[in-house]
Amino acid sequence: MNLRSSIAVLGRLVAIAALAFAAHAQAQKEPIKIGAFVSATGPAAFLGDPERKTLELYVEKINAGGGVLGRRLKLISYDSAGDAEKARTFVKRLIEEDKVDAIVGGSTTGETMAVIPLVEQAQIPFISLAGAVVVVEPVKKWVFKTPATDRMACEKIFQDMNARKISKIGLITGSGAFDKSMRAQCMQVAPKYGIDIVGDETYGAQDTDMTAQLTKLRQNAQVQAVLNCGFGAGPAIVTKNFRQIGMSVPLYQSHGVASKEFIKLAGDAANGVRLPAAALLIAETLPFNDPQKHVVLDYQHAYEARYHQDVSTFGGHAYDGLMLIVQAMKNAGTTDDAKVREALEHIHGFVGIDGEFNFSPTDHMGLNLAAFRMLEIQNGNWTLVK
Amino acid sequence: MSAQLLQVLFAGLTAGAIYALVALGFSIIYNSSQVINFAQGEFVMIGGMATVSFLHLGLPLPLAALAAVAATTLVALALDKLAVERARGASVVTLIIITIGASILLRGLASLVWDKNIHALPAFNGDKPIAVGGATLLPQSLWVLGVSLAVLAALWWFFNRTLYGKAMLATSHNRLAAQLAGISVRRVLLVSFGLSGALGALAGILVAPITFTAWDVGVMLGLKGFAAAILGGLGSGPGAVLGGLLLGLAEALAAGYVSSAYKDVIAFVIILAVLVLMPGGLLGRRAAERV
Repeated sequence: MNLRSSIAVLGRLVAIAALAFAAHAQAQKEPIKIGAFVSATGPAAFLGDPERKTLELYVEKINAGGGVLGRRLKLISYDSAGDAEKARTFVKRLIEEDKVDAIVGGSTTGETMAVIPLVEQAQIPFISLAGAVVVVEPVKKWVFKTPATDRMACEKIFQDMNARKISKIGLITGSGAFDKSMRAQCMQVAPKYGIDIVGDETYGAQDTDMTAQLTKLRQNAQVQAVLNCGFGAGPAIVTKNFRQIGMSVPLYQSHGVASKEFIKLAGDAANGVRLPAAALLIAETLPFNDPQKHVVLDYQHAYEARYHQDVSTFGGHAYDGLMLIVQAMKNAGTTDDAKVREALEHIHGFVGIDGEFNFSPTDHMGLNLAAFRMLEIQNGNWTLVK
Repeated sequence: MSAQLLQVLFAGLTAGAIYALVALGFSIIYNSSQVINFAQGEFVMIGGMATVSFLHLGLPLPLAALAAVAATTLVALALDKLAVERARGASVVTLIIITIGASILLRGLASLVWDKNIHALPAFNGDKPIAVGGATLLPQSLWVLGVSLAVLAALWWFFNRTLYGKAMLATSHNRLAAQLAGISVRRVLLVSFGLSGALGALAGILVAPITFTAWDVGVMLGLKGFAAAILGGLGSGPGAVLGGLLLGLAEALAAGYVSSAYKDVIAFVIILAVLVLMPGGLLGRRAAERV
């Protein structure tokens, strides 16, 4: 731990030295200021921590590569700690005192929604890293987002169910915000795919045993598959309990648990579970002709080499946010807010970590269902469902 | 008995046994000091997390568990020495607030010392469920149930058959009189913290294969354990186990037959009803305190 952190400190010093040289080379020009606010600490730290690290890493990388439009990038980053009130304060500061050119951030939907009125009023391009659909629906002129939505995850799952001729399912949902939001979205799009929800169970955030709820679903003869809208430890317990009581219908999990941690926790019980996930998770197993292959692999290697941690899709959202802004500035040839926004809205075929972005005036998320891959866990590893 | 009912009962017993183990820890400290130690849940968390890291260091599971119990006991002793004992003149409420502060501190430290990820321990006897009458039970649940009962017996023996245990009970009944009789109240408190630390750690290790463990599991387990202790009667060992099992069963039955969305509500309504009718809890002391 100590050795590792001192290596990290050393690495940072070297990086700072490198930055200083780079800065010297472009000393004459004002830097482009990128404002950021992420939940680097607090309950949503698992989102904000990789996001902040990714932003720092790639601002350095871009500067080392000569910056943008011949100018250096300067990252001004605040920790909003999952608190919507703090997020508002910091975004105000970013706009009024730091006078940033664009903003990336808002790890949670709550933080993002709290600052939208501010950025709309100040007319600054803002790329949110939050998951919910409400961020971009209805479309707000200055607000874009990078993560795919819960609704798309539901649609991806339902598509797979259609392919397997499953039409009646049981839901089991945790009590967290992510869990509930996904359940609501799934309920909403289910009719579109001819999916009938015949069982609807819930469990608490820290529950230790879900066999009672699952037994209820097992007793329901109509249930052809079970979908668990959940996040954290809950889905792993559901998966173990599901196998324990000998349920044999297919089990689907959400993109919320698409991490190696889930396989580690659920162990053998995870085999056979299907879930939608971002390309980043299976970077190594992606076929070579996949357009995202090199993007996600490069990011994974860069992040892991620097921080000695597994990459997470959350960091990927931040990568896309930063890169989209940089791309828009390059396309616009200026940092003028209105022109950058205009350029963002016209970004087409931009391949990022979250998928291929095709923004339009009516779509500020820009991803389609191809952003998710349907995976099945086999022998403790991800495999692509053809 | 239908397979569904049996499965729901098993689910309730598993959760209930976990709550019972945590509740026992509350009872010990309450017995010797009238203090409700809100850091009890954190002892549970430290037990589980420490075992995970000792396992990573290459220790075999039994040794890792032992080392984790020892480490948690040290933390509990330190909590008594550094915080509770220093405030010994203070009222019970102040001491309780100190334990709340300690629990927040311990949680924060745990997230720094370890990480914020969720960790799993391997089950002691594998994950293969035991089939009973159409329902299934994990071997680990039997471990939790068995150890709860063993601990209950051991505590009964300690409090009723050893001089030290009796001294602790005496302190809880009348601190001043116990002191006059030559009992070191300070030591009794220290021992009770150590004991409940060890017990909390044991609970944390036993439940980690079922519930997983993370820096913040102590909050909810502590709360449920506390509710179980209250339900059974604070300070009563058998009450803690009874309260835990009842709470677990109530939750499972509510989830299986009424609505999983309201299972916590139903469990807590039962607790409220019991407390209104029997303020001392199911097996608590009958004598009402007069002020």
